[in-house]
Amino acid sequence: MKKFFAQAYLWLILAVLYAPILIIVVFSFTEAKVLGTWSGFSTKLYTSLFAGNAGQALNDAIFNTLFIALVAAVISTILGTIAAIGIYNMRQKERRVVNFVNSIPMINPDIITGISIFLLFVFLGLSRGMMSIICAHIAFCTPYVVLSVMPRLMKMNPNIYEAALDLGATPFYALRKVLMPELWPGMISGFILSITLSIDDFAVTLFTKGSSGIDTLSTFIYADARKGGLTPELRPLSSIIFISILTLLLIINYRANKKVNNNK
Amino acid sequence: MKKILKFMGKRSNWALPYIIFMAIFVVAPLLLVGYYSFLDNEGALSLYNFEKFCTSYDTINTFIYSIGIAMMTTLICILIGYPAAYFMANSEYGTPKVMAMLFILPMWINILLRTLSTVALFDFMKLPLGEGALIFGMVYNFLPFMIYPIYNTMQKMDKSLIEAAQDLGANRRRVFRDVIMPLSMPGVYSGVVMVFMPTISTFAVSELLTMNKIKLFGTTIQENINAGMLNYGAALSLIMLIIIGLTSFFGSDDDESNETGGLL
Repeated sequence: MKKFFAQAYLWLILAVLYAPILIIVVFSFTEAKVLGTWSGFSTKLYTSLFAGNAGQALNDAIFNTLFIALVAAVISTILGTIAAIGIYNMRQKERRVVNFVNSIPMINPDIITGISIFLLFVFLGLSRGMMSIICAHIAFCTPYVVLSVMPRLMKMNPNIYEAALDLGATPFYALRKVLMPELWPGMISGFILSITLSIDDFAVTLFTKGSSGIDTLSTFIYADARKGGLTPELRPLSSIIFISILTLLLIINYRANKKVNNNK
Repeated sequence: MKKILKFMGKRSNWALPYIIFMAIFVVAPLLLVGYYSFLDNEGALSLYNFEKFCTSYDTINTFIYSIGIAMMTTLICILIGYPAAYFMANSEYGTPKVMAMLFILPMWINILLRTLSTVALFDFMKLPLGEGALIFGMVYNFLPFMIYPIYNTMQKMDKSLIEAAQDLGANRRRVFRDVIMPLSMPGVYSGVVMVFMPTISTFAVSELLTMNKIKLFGTTIQENINAGMLNYGAALSLIMLIIIGLTSFFGSDDDESNETGGLL
């Protein structure tokens, strides 16, 4: 009885949590302009989205979102991995300072991160655009890469790298042949995490995009929603995003579980 | 060239590119927020912005109202989230492992999309938008942030302490009140921080959920920045940073999880 009550409670919360998402997914299969009216099953919104009939602005926004996510994630992963190796080899005191700075972007609310970087560009007199958005995204993604790579470093035998050097490997060769294979899983998790964080971001992009006219999906949706009435093609698009993010996270989670099981 | 190679040979120096990057894009921008907030319209150092804040009835009102909404959201999240985390972490209720995952997943979906889905849900059920919708939307958005840390601490809890209490004759209620509750408090603290901070700092969410009728502090900051009142906007951001600093101080018990990188 008690078990039944607990389960019912949990499923009820989940139902409420997923209801809005479900509504979007369900109504992506109908043509009606306004969300909530059902005008029969149709995949027209999907075809029109993929044919690029939803308007140039939306197409550009999709492209920008993916481009920014990819560039930011690649740079963050490289920067973060190298940084993690460096931090790992630091003395306790230095390490604490760097770890603190590393945690700032994670604690800071998006709006503050966005405004502060916006002020930096104003202060330096630089114009905002793709550059500033990507820099900002790297700034809030890299700490997560550092955190994903760090546990791999801690588990690794530190002598292997030294041994490679003693046997005559250059630091770069040892990095490529000894460190990288060990850190690879952490780097991939960090990379995927950076992609989801970047695609997900709204506030930071809004403040760093300036008046350049560059829109990502989030800022496009924001502008669209403010005008009233959402572009109907956003429904199939959101559904696709939901499902891809779900898949990505299931992959990360599966990898994490595998790691735990291997350790046992 | 040789010098560079020698320098890079020392691995603690590998973090240098990242440190420089973070100094430019995280530390300097935050210092600029502080700097700009003490400039008046003529660019002279003064407390003008803070005086303006203290004498502006509207802004103070929004500020207090936002704190109220954030506290309300946090409280509701504890009331709903604590039992959920308890049921999930406690094996006697037979909750499947995948359940915790299902609760975390919506956290990774774009906040604007989630908010718009909530609006769709309210439209669908013919409920009016307004304060009720605002609180529902905030709880909906941030409930996973409360459940996850509580669930985490409960899982890591030493089960032998509970058994010891039972062996010493404590009944179920006493076990819960004297053992489980105090031990789960660190999770509640970080949950409070993780819910309170985003609730007080979000913008756009309140506009969408109340059809622009209710404004929160985040929106005020954004409006000022957009209107080109950078100094005043920076001052308001600084005030928000102080509030956030105070809250995170309150929840700083749980910082070991950062080192081991338990993100998912």
